[in-house]
Amino acid sequence: MTKLPSTTDIIEDLEFFDDWEERYQYIIDLSKQLPELSEAERTDDRIVKGCQSSVWLKPTIDDDRLFFDVASDAVIVSGLLVLVLAAYQGQTAKTIVDFDMDNYFKVLDLERHISMTRGSGLRAIVAKIRELATQHSS
Amino acid sequence: MSLDIDALRAQFPILSTKVNGKTLTYLDNAATTQKPQVVIDALVDFYTQCNSNVHRGAHSLSDEATRRFENARSNIQTFINANQREEVIWTSGTTEAINIVANGLAQKLKAGDEVLITEMEHHANLVTWQQACLRAGATLQVAQINEIGELDVADFTAKLSSNTRLVAFPHASNALGTLNAINELTSIVKSQSDALVLIDGAQGIAHCKVDVQAIGCDFYVFSGHKLCAPTGVGILWGRYSVLENWPVWQTGGEMIRTVDYQESTWGVLPHRLEAGTPNIAGAVGLGAAVEWFMQQDLDALKAHETALLNYAMDKAKDFSGIQLVGTAKEKVGVMSFLIDGTHPGDLGFILDQQGVAIRTGDHCAQPLMKRLGLGGTARASFSIYNTFEEIDTLFVALNKAKNMLA
Repeated sequence: MTKLPSTTDIIEDLEFFDDWEERYQYIIDLSKQLPELSEAERTDDRIVKGCQSSVWLKPTIDDDRLFFDVASDAVIVSGLLVLVLAAYQGQTAKTIVDFDMDNYFKVLDLERHISMTRGSGLRAIVAKIRELATQHSS
Repeated sequence: MSLDIDALRAQFPILSTKVNGKTLTYLDNAATTQKPQVVIDALVDFYTQCNSNVHRGAHSLSDEATRRFENARSNIQTFINANQREEVIWTSGTTEAINIVANGLAQKLKAGDEVLITEMEHHANLVTWQQACLRAGATLQVAQINEIGELDVADFTAKLSSNTRLVAFPHASNALGTLNAINELTSIVKSQSDALVLIDGAQGIAHCKVDVQAIGCDFYVFSGHKLCAPTGVGILWGRYSVLENWPVWQTGGEMIRTVDYQESTWGVLPHRLEAGTPNIAGAVGLGAAVEWFMQQDLDALKAHETALLNYAMDKAKDFSGIQLVGTAKEKVGVMSFLIDGTHPGDLGFILDQQGVAIRTGDHCAQPLMKRLGLGGTARASFSIYNTFEEIDTLFVALNKAKNMLA
């Protein structure tokens, strides 16, 4: 599995860019680091659906840590999923539940992507991961 | 051509807005259109000068509100050339208008009856009939389209039978822009069956002169917000002889004649299909919008829109990696497309950053996308106030998106 950047790395990197093109190019480049699901593993029962793009999620639990393989058919959503997984990958259920994803996206100045209005499936996948973590910790 | 595009644009305040620091290039007109100042003023004036309930007040304000509300109805009657003003029913939009007809039809359908639609429907003109058929044990027939998104008229004709009770088709397709020959299709239905004809005018009304008497259909429905009017208001036009005894939709106030505890009787058109307090300000706004349209040089607007679409489609031919979806000979207002190696959602993001507003996704037409073997498309849709420069901006923005994504 490729090592994902940390949330601190991401915050620092994104702060460095001045314009939208550099920021989105960064997000597009990040998409290549997604711990990706193979085509065969993109089954219907793993779909977390937004109306603009589909996201597939396969969670695994190793001891008390949660790991996620994901795939999206859209590049920018894939890049944004790396931002999300930077916070969640390999963490304990408690860390996941305690992490303030809305605030993190606000700090990154990408909050519109996680807001209620976007149909990208990103909010849905964050909710799904938090639900899994909550089940696991209870 | 006598169109002064700058003067026209100046009437739409939102067009000078900045989005993401860029001048807005609004190319999502098939989703909703922007509003001219006269429509905004009609809403503000209504609320500041005469807000009251209609048809029931014992006071002057209510009389004035009723006058404006009913004047708006007369404007719609003129705009679509309805025979009687009572044939014009206020609804919340296209979807509610179709639901009124579908709900009534479901009460009349029997097992073995058929409803015919086409493969180019958006969900409002599909799920409604599907559910009506399911309730009654009737069959939903679907007329095919060809590869370029035109209705297969032979298949449409072949699927008419003595069992067909209603035929519904779009004036124009929201996802592809295909313009249907609505007069001819209506006359085919009327000559081959006893079926009622409903035309979903959501995408047609803003682009074409509509004369419901000349078309010969039984119902024509549309939403105000796609015609430069407010959201939440729309029209069900129905032929008087058909609507007169159409099963009531919602029940409650306004639509009754007499009420007792165990039974009620219904009022006359148009009120019998307008239960409760209507969207009065919205109706006044829609009345103002059609009045505004009737003051414009409609032929010049139509010529401008046609020129815009042709310009966009021609530019697309020279843009490498673009695949146009829906290339019917008769089209209005819509350019649906894909760009090799990119997801429509990604295109939408990158265009938005450049101030260009389009729609991406399945366009509320999942079976159509499935028929075309697509998950979705990107769609630029044009209106009267768009310019050739904005189409240039679209292609510059697309080129940047392609370079970043593909």
